[in-house]
Amino acid sequence: MTIERAVSPAQRAVEVLGGDLTEATLKRYLDGLPGVDAVGLEQRAASLGTRSIKTTSKAWALDRIIGLIDLTTLEGADTPGKVRSLVAKALVPDAGDPATPRVAAVCVYGDMVPYAVEALGDAHAAGRVTEPGDGLINVAAVATAFPSGRAALPVKLADTADAVAAGADEIDMVIDRGAFLSGRFGHVFDEIVAVKEACRRADGSFAHLKVILETGELNTYDNVRRASWLAILAGGDFIKTSTGKVAPAATLPVTLLMLEAVRDWHRLTGENIGVKPAGGIRSSKDAIKYLVTVAETVGEEWLQPHLFRFGASSLLNDVLLQRQKLSSGHYSGADYVTID
Amino acid sequence: MSSHISVPKTYKLYVNGAFPRSESGRVYEVLDSKGRFLANAAQASRKDARDAVVAARAAVGGWSGATAYNRGQVLYRVAEVLEGRRAQFEDEIVKQEGVSASAARDQVDAAIDRWVWYAGWADKFAQVTGNANPVSGPYFNLSVPEPTGVVAIVAPQDSALLGLVSAVAPALVAGNTVVVVASEAHPLSAITLGEVLATSDLPKGVVNVLTGSPAELAPWLASHADVNALDLVGASALEWIDLEIAAAETLKRVLTPEEGPDAATPSLARISAFTETKTVWHTKALI
Repeated sequence: MTIERAVSPAQRAVEVLGGDLTEATLKRYLDGLPGVDAVGLEQRAASLGTRSIKTTSKAWALDRIIGLIDLTTLEGADTPGKVRSLVAKALVPDAGDPATPRVAAVCVYGDMVPYAVEALGDAHAAGRVTEPGDGLINVAAVATAFPSGRAALPVKLADTADAVAAGADEIDMVIDRGAFLSGRFGHVFDEIVAVKEACRRADGSFAHLKVILETGELNTYDNVRRASWLAILAGGDFIKTSTGKVAPAATLPVTLLMLEAVRDWHRLTGENIGVKPAGGIRSSKDAIKYLVTVAETVGEEWLQPHLFRFGASSLLNDVLLQRQKLSSGHYSGADYVTID
Repeated sequence: MSSHISVPKTYKLYVNGAFPRSESGRVYEVLDSKGRFLANAAQASRKDARDAVVAARAAVGGWSGATAYNRGQVLYRVAEVLEGRRAQFEDEIVKQEGVSASAARDQVDAAIDRWVWYAGWADKFAQVTGNANPVSGPYFNLSVPEPTGVVAIVAPQDSALLGLVSAVAPALVAGNTVVVVASEAHPLSAITLGEVLATSDLPKGVVNVLTGSPAELAPWLASHADVNALDLVGASALEWIDLEIAAAETLKRVLTPEEGPDAATPSLARISAFTETKTVWHTKALI
């Protein structure tokens, strides 16, 4: 089966693998990636998790974590009202402290995008590149039959295009894990390329594409490495660990492995790819471990909202409690943050 | 020919149904009444207090949601297990306080009696402190006591077991959960009581026992925004006015220090001190 993908988003694969791009060359390349030393990876992740981050460093880390959060609500029971309250929280995370930074984005289902855009108003990034502290918030939408990804390609593309048309700045797509696990890398590759194309806006610019690998279903670290490279080669702007609907979701070793893929890609091409661990990161302590891992693996310049995100819902409240502890000197409690 | 090597107990904290060491790794020497080494006890840090409050908060829903009858049964069960362990408690009291065996026996008797007395109140105090209020309309108007939440206690410092029981038991009756700082000089009975609680159907986190310095721990508990009430019964040697002020920042209910053998004598007031009165209106049947 020949993949004729001279379209621009697959440009990366053409440059790295050569113009004669087939499923076979793709598979040969991905299978040729070196295997992962699982014990070494887990030990490295564990040692990065032991850093002690205190006082001013901790205060910086907490504010930066907030600025990297994709505040998320992905429930079947979501309503426009729930999305509006999520946006209110994104705009003013802690009503008791106006100096609290805003989150990077709100992440919702595609049909909720119009409500999120409307509620954000002037704070909507609307395609602008955001910096920590600028107060702009992106709208991210999950698409492509999230979370399972079990739908026909035209449905996935329509899902994506609909969210982009409604004003989504970022699309979180899921890969077809069934196809990936049965070795049909070309199929997965094709879908990512097609979804990337569906992210094109009327003016020719693209919504950022985050590719969810759902590492909890990939079974091995080797598969995570292959899927990471596959997603990058196909044109993903971000690689994201999980949907949050499957356990285990984001873990530190898996995120470290994906960061290594991003680092190697940067060394190979000079391009910067983002990483988004999502699901299961609930405490500030855990989130700080991720910051350390990012800084030590790809460098501190990755601690920017266009290169690193936390997909989380309950993490924000824990960070706010920690901020309150730092500023007031005493422990705070759940009564002093909003109920989400 | 077997020669037994005695195995001394490691006294640790009792937090969230488990017996962890202090996260700080610290221990301090517990001395007997003559100043000789008795045991090492864990010296809890502010982070242990923080973890204990998290555990206590998580346990509020289950414990306060249990029926009053069920809470009474569980508390009575604690008294049963306490009775079965009386030899160990008597032994520890003799060693720690330097009192006679009969005085120790009396103290354990009194502790069990008080526990049973409070257990009996679990499904009765609401009838006494609650009320059906007469109102000028076709409504039922009911005032019912509800638990306040997490209660932090500085246990009486001069008593190994009785003071601790007298302070902890009443807080549990209404459905509150407890973080208690045990007597600094006599902490061993507190941890043994933790072992009793861990094996008597009391859900984890309902009682959390910290040993160490009340002067170090109490300020963190008094200022903790997730603690709802503060019992300073054993805090007379501390700067307890400051603790009261810190507690006022988050509108905690506070009981002030009591001294002497009559500290924390059994009373309904100690139960109702940690309750909030909720008044509900309900229409009478419209026939």
